[in-house]
Amino acid sequence: MNLQVAIREKRFGAVPVLRDLVFQVAHGEVLAVLGPSGVGKSTLLRIVAGLDTGFDGQIRRAGRLAMVFQEPTLMPWRNALDNLRLTTGVDACEGEAALARVGLAGKGALYPGQLSLGQQRRLSLARAYAAKPDILLLDEPFVSLDAALVDDMLALTESVITEQRPATVFVTHAQAEADRLATRQLVLGSVAAA
Amino acid sequence: MTRLALSGKSRMVARRGTPMAPRTLPDLMVRGLSLSGLLVFWWALAWLKADPMVLPGPWTVLPRLGAEAVSGALWHHLGATLWRVAQAFVAAMSLGLVLGVLMGLLPKLNRWLDPWLVFFLNLPALVVIVLCFLWIGLNETAAIVAVAINKIPLVTAMMREGARALNGQLADMAQVFDMSRMGRLRHILLPQLAPHLAATARSGLSLIWKIVLVVEFLGRGQGVGFKIHLHFQMFDVTMVMVYALSFIVVMLAIEALILQPLEARARHWRGA
Repeated sequence: MNLQVAIREKRFGAVPVLRDLVFQVAHGEVLAVLGPSGVGKSTLLRIVAGLDTGFDGQIRRAGRLAMVFQEPTLMPWRNALDNLRLTTGVDACEGEAALARVGLAGKGALYPGQLSLGQQRRLSLARAYAAKPDILLLDEPFVSLDAALVDDMLALTESVITEQRPATVFVTHAQAEADRLATRQLVLGSVAAA
Repeated sequence: MTRLALSGKSRMVARRGTPMAPRTLPDLMVRGLSLSGLLVFWWALAWLKADPMVLPGPWTVLPRLGAEAVSGALWHHLGATLWRVAQAFVAAMSLGLVLGVLMGLLPKLNRWLDPWLVFFLNLPALVVIVLCFLWIGLNETAAIVAVAINKIPLVTAMMREGARALNGQLADMAQVFDMSRMGRLRHILLPQLAPHLAATARSGLSLIWKIVLVVEFLGRGQGVGFKIHLHFQMFDVTMVMVYALSFIVVMLAIEALILQPLEARARHWRGA
């Protein structure tokens, strides 16, 4: 198993957010995490990513991690190619190949500010692709995009996952996106106070 | 043939339809003209006062400046002051940067150190200088320490604001992708701090050299401040202006040739 999650409880102050959550994600599997806003989807992903360690439970990750954030989260002071190279350690050749993989061939010298939002999202996906991850975390990466761009990005993400087969956790609030990408679905509900 | 009335904006379009950029003077020329204006202003004031003992004009000061330069004395004292400025600048910027970033990133540390910062920010420069001379002695170490202590709190306060404004999402990204410590420092932290560092360096340099002059005025045997003190005692306003002006020119040169290009380099991606 690439990813094993066992969360007994996660609280924000006195408010419980997650409780008794146990799942595993294997190589090539895509687990979609659904649920209404504020239910703790992104918190779960932060815990899985190791960004939030203030919880009761255990996370086991095997292999390299990559994440596509809600915002593109790029370094605006480095060009597109350097955004890939400096974060994933790939060389210029591999970086260019990753850019080409997401339709950004020849745009390596451009800064994120010179790219459209759609291109920035592609660059963010290219970064995850270049990292060749064993575990891929997607935190609502298609939110606030128009329908055509969502479809385009979904196809691209689907092909990247098919190609590299990481254990993927995909947080979304859109059932259609989950149906298209996921092999399993986890629906989070609100946690009652103990 | 129909003639259309053109608005001011429409007239800015060239015959082939390409927009024409409004004509602006290069920065260097504006800077030169502005400083020439200051020179003319000084000239006019000195001419109106007509008393070189009180306000000597450029025609009195510049020949004396030339003579001092030819004798070598000017370079000796400028060099001594510049060396002190450089040492105090490096010490204050390094310590202030580390302290400021730590206080900006660690709220608990900031709670404990903030009262110290307020204390040192409000400690008069003259008190620090006098105490350093009394405690350490009338030597070079006391001079540098006094200047650095005066400047460190200001650098700390400015860098703390820079650290507070750091983008947390980029830090998360760097952690998820397991970037090295050096990589995070170089590609995530420093580029975000660069504008704050540049602003702190520019304001810091101007403050530091003024404090260095006070230190030299009070307790050193060489440097621009020492010479100003010497000529002040002899009521030689011309020589006071010779040394003050020459060091201002040095500082303007450092600003234009080192600090501004560094700042432009740090911000180049914004214009891309």
